[in-house]
Amino acid sequence: MADSAIPRPRQATSSATRQVIVVREAYIAQTRRKRLYSGIMLGVFVALMASGFMLADSRNAGGFWSGLHRLPDFPASVMSEAWAKRAELPENLARYFPALIETLNIAAVSTLIGTIGGTLLSMLSTRGLARWPRLIPLFRRIMDVMRAVPEIVIALVLIFVLGGGPVPAMIAIAFHTCGALGKMFSEVNENASLKPVEGLASVGANWSQRMLLGVVPQVAPNYLSYALLRFEINIRASAILGFVGAGGIGYELKNAISWGQGKYDAAAAIFLLLITTIIIVDQLSSMGRDRMTHGRKSEMMA
Amino acid sequence: MSLSATLPTHDTGAGLKHQAEVMFRRKRVFACAMPLLILAYLVYAFFAFDVPGLVQRASFENAARLVSDSYSYKTHVTRDNRSGAVEVAIEGERKGTYAPGTGPEWVRFGADTTIDLGGGNIVTYGADDVRYVIPGYGTITARPGAGGVQATFPEGPLPDYVSASRNRVMITTDAGRLTITRNRTEVFKYQTGWELFFFTLDSPYHGVGPVQLVRLAVAGEGPAIWHDFWYNPMWRHGDVAWALFETVLMAFLGTFGAAVVALPLAFLAARNFTPLMIVRQAARRVFDVFRGVDALIWTVVLARAFGPGPMTGALAILLTDTGSFGKMFSEALENVDDRQIEGIRSTGAAPVQRYRFGVIPQITPVLMSQVLYFFESNTRSATVIGAITGGGIGLLLTQAMITQKDWEEVSYYIILVVLLVFAMDSFSGWLRRRLIKGDGGGH
Repeated sequence: MADSAIPRPRQATSSATRQVIVVREAYIAQTRRKRLYSGIMLGVFVALMASGFMLADSRNAGGFWSGLHRLPDFPASVMSEAWAKRAELPENLARYFPALIETLNIAAVSTLIGTIGGTLLSMLSTRGLARWPRLIPLFRRIMDVMRAVPEIVIALVLIFVLGGGPVPAMIAIAFHTCGALGKMFSEVNENASLKPVEGLASVGANWSQRMLLGVVPQVAPNYLSYALLRFEINIRASAILGFVGAGGIGYELKNAISWGQGKYDAAAAIFLLLITTIIIVDQLSSMGRDRMTHGRKSEMMA
Repeated sequence: MSLSATLPTHDTGAGLKHQAEVMFRRKRVFACAMPLLILAYLVYAFFAFDVPGLVQRASFENAARLVSDSYSYKTHVTRDNRSGAVEVAIEGERKGTYAPGTGPEWVRFGADTTIDLGGGNIVTYGADDVRYVIPGYGTITARPGAGGVQATFPEGPLPDYVSASRNRVMITTDAGRLTITRNRTEVFKYQTGWELFFFTLDSPYHGVGPVQLVRLAVAGEGPAIWHDFWYNPMWRHGDVAWALFETVLMAFLGTFGAAVVALPLAFLAARNFTPLMIVRQAARRVFDVFRGVDALIWTVVLARAFGPGPMTGALAILLTDTGSFGKMFSEALENVDDRQIEGIRSTGAAPVQRYRFGVIPQITPVLMSQVLYFFESNTRSATVIGAITGGGIGLLLTQAMITQKDWEEVSYYIILVVLLVFAMDSFSGWLRRRLIKGDGGGH
């Protein structure tokens, strides 16, 4: 654009100029092609979204546009009823508090078990740390499968065998957590220094001692931070599984809602409990994770 | 370097040693206390969850039935003792009933119907009696009639697998089960496999070998073969494929819709793009609310307005993920390198152009990889949400489980779900690697 303004020697070989022109043309063509491609990608994406939306809309019992104005109805009726019976709110909160504790317990126990299992699986599937290096692909596959099976599948099967209650949900979530954390942990393990492990090996430590004393202290902060994040996710998961019959606050919510009008004050109390818990745990865990990474930084600097 | 800063200069070696000892002691206590605390908590949970009671209530019979049913099927051979008609039906379902007078090769029709249960176990339906030859025991003969069931057994005490009363005789052996009542005589034979998986009995292609099928397909019967398979009334492959697609659709619409909604909002919540504190805080609180109101609650609220279906599930995912994406995107935006924007600004670019060429190229890889991760995990969530809102494979799965008898269908769906999640996993991994070069490889 501005090349006419650039003074150049008259005798500059015209071939060089031509080359510049060729390069520039090629660059512009490439940019144009790139832009065309991203334009096409964007078009395809928009088309997919729009057609997907219409398809989902047509398969839905109620349409999107006809249902949109009804959206506030349910929250409004819950709120108004809760407001009308606001005197009973503390009593309702107290009544559903044990269910909330059960949901939290499900999440906590499954996170604990998942962390222990995930640690073991991750150690077994990290190069350099594995007890049986040949079996690394096997343990990786196991973790993949554990991550892939949706929790609801395991929970429903176990509800059939064990009957309803917190244990099926706990096992289902722990199973998934094992796989999910195992993957995260093995990524952390890759960055662990092998020197302490070798040192321990040289004094005759066995595998579990090497892992416990050589690796765990290195990776513990990262592990904890991932486990906290998982705990957050698992609270949500255990609430959802409760809804399909696995106990806890989700189950109470389902009952409160299916009773319908007249019981919405209970539903409101449960909503309140659940939302407050999730927000509190969210904030606490993000604070904890922040401190863990920060603490490590200051330690490293010291 | 900071060692000298934390320690006073007059500190002696003894003081240092003492400090180290205190630190070690603290670490030791911590190292012992943590496992103990965890153990105590697990013990508490053990009783809070009432595990001992659960073990008592657990139905291992259910478990055994579930496992055996998931890889085997039973065929009912039923004789109506009033009319004398014999009917053979797979799983006792009408869709799996053989035409009258026909059956699998182990049932021989004639004046007497002979059923070979394998291993020498032979049941014969006579005109007015039923004989069951059990190897190593003898022959049981029963006459169903007006007075109930009169059964004669070989000499000696009755084995435990026979239960006999005046109105009902039931014999359960490894080969199968025979039940005789006044009105009905019925044999169950258990066989391995998923029955009628490809074609039902009314299809002309039932029992045709794969080679022959290919030959027929080449000869022009392909569409008909496909039709019989796809609309198989027992396994409903077409419906199942549609349900899987619906699940992916929910995840797709929810995830990418959330990304589209969250991106502009994320600019409002990022410190370097929105200097106004109030706006920033407002945007962040919006994200907190969307995330804090769990997907479960969104699902419940949305299902009230839109009714059950994939749209409801997609919107539930969309709303929850808008919160998560908003938070993550705004963090990514805060980490944007300002120099690139400065460079664009120095060429006299308008604000929109600054965003387009200075910001978007920097954050696209981060954003895309996060969105694809969520897409992957939302395929799983869509299964669960589908079970609640009634859409996709989650619905089929819960329906099949609630009936508590079609466990082979349940295991079929489970396998499909796992394969679907695997497929989405590798697809999004492939896409991530294509879109974002140098994205840490195969993670």
